[in-house]
Amino acid sequence: MSKLIFEESVKGRKAVSFPKPSQAESAYATIQLPKALAATHPVELPEVSELDVIRHYTRLSCKNFSIDTHFYPLGSCTMKYNPRICEKTAALDGFAGLHPLLPQLRRGEALTQGALELVWDTQRLLCELTGMSGFTLQPMAGAHGELTGLLLIAAYHKDKGNTRTKVLIPDSAHGTNPASAAIAGYEVISVPTDAHGDMDLEAFKALLTPDIAAVMMTCPSTLGLFERNILAIAELAHANDTLLYYDGANMNAMMGYARPGDLGFDVVHLNVHKTLSTPHGGGGPGAGPVGVKESLLPFLPTSIVEKDALGKYWLRYDRPKSIGYIAPFYGNFAVLIRAYTYLLHLGGNGLKEATEYAVLNANYIRAKLKPYYAEAYSRICMHECVFTAELQMKKGVRALDIAKALIDEGFHPPTIYFPMIVHEAMMFEPTETESKETLDRFIEAMIRIAKEAEANPDSFAEKPLTTEISRVDETKAAKAMVLKA
Amino acid sequence: MSFTPHTLEDRDEMLATLGVSSLKELFADIPKSAHLAKLDMPDGISEQEVYDRLHALSHKNAHELTCFIGGGFYDHSIPSAVDTLSSRGEFFTAYTPYQPEVAQGTLQAIFEFQSMICRLTGMDVANASMYDGGTALVEAALMAIRSTNRPRIIVAGGLNPIYRRMLDTYTRNLHIDMEELPVDEGAVDRVKLASLLTDQTAAVIIQNPNFFGTVEDFSDIAAMAHAHGALMIASVYPIAMGLIKSPAEMGCDIVVGEGQSLGLPLSFGGPYLGFFAVQKAHVRKMPGRIVGETTDRHGNRCYVLTLQAREQHIRREKAASNICSNEALCALRATIYLSLLGKQGLTDLAKTCMTKAEYAKAQFAQIKGVRIKNSAPTFNEFMLELPCNASDLVAELIPLGLIAGFPLGRYYPELQNCLLVAITEKRTQVEIDAFVSAVKGLLK
Ligand SMILES: Cc1ncc(COP(=O)(O)O)c(C=O)c1O
Repeated sequence: MSKLIFEESVKGRKAVSFPKPSQAESAYATIQLPKALAATHPVELPEVSELDVIRHYTRLSCKNFSIDTHFYPLGSCTMKYNPRICEKTAALDGFAGLHPLLPQLRRGEALTQGALELVWDTQRLLCELTGMSGFTLQPMAGAHGELTGLLLIAAYHKDKGNTRTKVLIPDSAHGTNPASAAIAGYEVISVPTDAHGDMDLEAFKALLTPDIAAVMMTCPSTLGLFERNILAIAELAHANDTLLYYDGANMNAMMGYARPGDLGFDVVHLNVHKTLSTPHGGGGPGAGPVGVKESLLPFLPTSIVEKDALGKYWLRYDRPKSIGYIAPFYGNFAVLIRAYTYLLHLGGNGLKEATEYAVLNANYIRAKLKPYYAEAYSRICMHECVFTAELQMKKGVRALDIAKALIDEGFHPPTIYFPMIVHEAMMFEPTETESKETLDRFIEAMIRIAKEAEANPDSFAEKPLTTEISRVDETKAAKAMVLKA
Repeated sequence: MSFTPHTLEDRDEMLATLGVSSLKELFADIPKSAHLAKLDMPDGISEQEVYDRLHALSHKNAHELTCFIGGGFYDHSIPSAVDTLSSRGEFFTAYTPYQPEVAQGTLQAIFEFQSMICRLTGMDVANASMYDGGTALVEAALMAIRSTNRPRIIVAGGLNPIYRRMLDTYTRNLHIDMEELPVDEGAVDRVKLASLLTDQTAAVIIQNPNFFGTVEDFSDIAAMAHAHGALMIASVYPIAMGLIKSPAEMGCDIVVGEGQSLGLPLSFGGPYLGFFAVQKAHVRKMPGRIVGETTDRHGNRCYVLTLQAREQHIRREKAASNICSNEALCALRATIYLSLLGKQGLTDLAKTCMTKAEYAKAQFAQIKGVRIKNSAPTFNEFMLELPCNASDLVAELIPLGLIAGFPLGRYYPELQNCLLVAITEKRTQVEIDAFVSAVKGLLK
């Protein structure tokens, strides 16, 4: 158990020093805020040395599993290797030191041509990757992209005079899809999944009424399966002037093989922290750029980077039909630098290869685990495979128990209990950057766990045994509500 | 290059296990008619070539000019240890801490972050972060509407004009009325506020210091809001908390802000850090992740994501927010930054910024035709009224190597002659003096 940084505090101890006012400037130190405005006491920050801080956070870091230290097959999250060149380019002084208001000065765009070119060129590459006509890089995560996309869809319908109040979302969808739709002002209608893991087409037809603004789909779906009815769904939707939204969380399964734009999607978001390998950061920051077809271009958020006839890059603010500002500036720029670096480094051929091996790795795990665990749907999968712990449940061993047992085997657990339509779900996404040896070791561990579940189901309650803490009391956390020190 | 470690033997062996003969066969579920022939993108290039391209792009940016622009985003110095620690792979290549046994590092750091935000703002509870200060403010407004079940928001004229526009974008389809108080560099117009406040008002939003740099005691505004059953929301500048009375003491129900100043580079707009804090009564309506303290089965103290029944992965369309990924690594940087700064350090840093800004104000005030427009106290940013167009002046000074500030005419047509100037601890007296004499020279 480690101390909190506050518990390491010693009165009077100091870490770094900051610049101080010069002698001439110090003459103005007597000017103070009036009493009614002034702080009543210093902020109780820790009093520690720089070495204290280094040791404290280095020690904390060692308590994490991460891609750098462990195989991390967390489904739906695409935990692939994060190339270090991307860290280096994102930290270049000419990017890191740039104030976002500079291009808003008169002729200020001349001061930021490199940054604007990067944004413009990333937009162009993402259009090609997805088959869309235009992109905004502003959304700061996948869910933010969803909300932006739905605001674009609302603007499209409003502009056409359509009254649309509902959005269709498959029951397998990620929770952010319905949450985003609700925040955008839509009522959410859930569409069931059929026995083979595709959208139930008959149910979809019945639900596709004239008040449906959009259908939000993940493709491949969150079951790791390619939606085989997609062309029919697109045709039906478009005949109803219903737009098709693409949740790009699973784009790692499709690069170079198919493009959402060609499949009929009108609005897409990408998760660059998944597909384009920008680091997950312990929960973020990511970026969720949004691409649209021609008919939605006028509604894209303020501002858009364009290139003029002389090859100069500039920001267009004057866009009367735009939904307006969804972020203060140009998105999570340093995250986008990493994505751009990755796109150039891999190129069209590398991206396609990444997809191929992501799908190969997932199918390899699926094939090897099939004899020991029940598949949610028995089909070739895309970049991830979904199992259920139903067989193990007969002995009382749950998906959660299997996850904890994997920790003792030295692996990060899969995503569990998602998608919600799969009972005791376990979703494995190995990604393309894992070797056959790693997969084999992982598969052996999973088989050992299956055998242990058969032979000794009671042993799971104690797992994990190898970590500093084990089986956290979540009820106590919610009841006690100790949320700060 | 695709960072795939497979040898051809690996590939063939794996394909044989699957009983297929080529990688292409794995994509058979994609309709033939939609198969892509080839991405129209150049092939990959080496690490060195990518670096050279990015390096060249970075050199097409004028980052070396001395910057007096703030506007909510400030050029503060960042201690080296912040970069060292936040670039540890154990932190930045992990994800959301759903499995507490293998994520205590991230969880404890977030718990410390929440604690520091509470201490900075004086509030009871803070979340694990929002995308940025703007979206945090939008979420605060939406939260107030949900909790009070009322449709109106009153916005002070001193709110960052970009955040003001963001509020419009997100509320346009939600039947919410935004009511505006007049734009003024000084105090909020209490008379006008009183005339707008009704039992339909969900919240009053204020920014402190306001966009024009003025610091204000808004305790009486909070009291007015509360008297009508409305919530008080403030957007604050965290470094200023070293000198200014906390928003909690002024009566806030929700405090948000942009955490970029806490150890994050300007990076042309992101990634930044939204912070979000509330009084305890509101915790169940709060958006975003929250980490709580608890014990494990051996009774050891530990940390875990808690109160998740508010979140999208459990509540779906009924969730308090759609946020999933947040700005965790930025929050970690802020936590490390604040640890390095320490108790005395924050007060000292805030005092340094204010003292240098007062020095600069005094120098500018001596120039004929130039006036400090703020009539009330300021912190580290102030508004210069010039005898000429502020955009012209900024353009003229760029060749001298300095960005003089932000011309307010961009967002306020009536303020064409006004310039917003920010001073941080990084601006030396030499730089300030050079700026002052350049202005003097131009206006002669
Ligand atoms: C299928 C799917 N959609 C959307 C999201 C939300 O993305 P973000 O966390 O970037 O907001 C996720 C994230 O895990 C996801 O897996």
